[in-house]
Amino acid sequence: MQPDLRFEFVANKARGVLTVAREFDAGRQLVWDCHTKRELLDRWFAPKGLTTRTKHMDFREGGYWHYAMITPDGQQFWNRLDYLKIDPIDGYDARDGFCDEVGRVNPDMPRSDWVVAFSDASDRTLVTTVVQYASPDDLQKAIDMGMEGGMASTMERLDELLPLLAIG
Amino acid sequence: MATRLDDLDAVFHALADPTRRAVLARLGTGDATISELAQPFHMALPSFLKHIGVLEKSRLIVSRKNGRVRTCALDRESIIAAERWFGEQHLLWQSRYSNLDALLASIKGE
Repeated sequence: MQPDLRFEFVANKARGVLTVAREFDAGRQLVWDCHTKRELLDRWFAPKGLTTRTKHMDFREGGYWHYAMITPDGQQFWNRLDYLKIDPIDGYDARDGFCDEVGRVNPDMPRSDWVVAFSDASDRTLVTTVVQYASPDDLQKAIDMGMEGGMASTMERLDELLPLLAIG
Repeated sequence: MATRLDDLDAVFHALADPTRRAVLARLGTGDATISELAQPFHMALPSFLKHIGVLEKSRLIVSRKNGRVRTCALDRESIIAAERWFGEQHLLWQSRYSNLDALLASIKGE
């Protein structure tokens, strides 16, 4: 990451909202494609140490993306993102949920709505993602669950790596 | 939707009152019994207990009873768990976006 690429992460617990804003050193169409095409999503969406595997992708209103994030020891964390509204290449709204391998959403797990906006920032692209939990209770459930085992330990290794990355 | 508004209402309602904000500020310096908390306020105990009830219901504080003494505390465990979770989410987004930087660079270079 270039040091001057803007990155903001703001969490509001009382409102159950996360806001993530990030600049990318590429044009809007390309950044949009990376967010909406399965073969590209598979190359970046999971955090370092994990891989993304798309099982189903139908990027249209009413369609959904069904994918797993997979740890090095093969644990799979299945998610599903249902697309509610799409405005190419300005943004899309979607509903995130935990699910199983066949895409059945677990209604007992917290869900969140994502509003993702893409805008030009001179020759770069700014992506703003607002993650809104259905209620403070839903956010509390997510917090109580924490990150699941394999994912959390992979993230901890990441935690150790970050200071090194910052130096490099 | 109703749930969400009710929950938000509970937090906003809890924070809207100066007595309750003062109780939270006091608990920020350490746990305290009901009578310690009530002492600065010139208010009948039942009225004060209503304020404590509102704070508990909004999950901003927890209380435990030891014999006849009830002690209140900020709900620190939930605050710590929340901080940790937000930290993990922060790392998750930072990491995936750093992957995306690399992907964009490699596509542009092709």
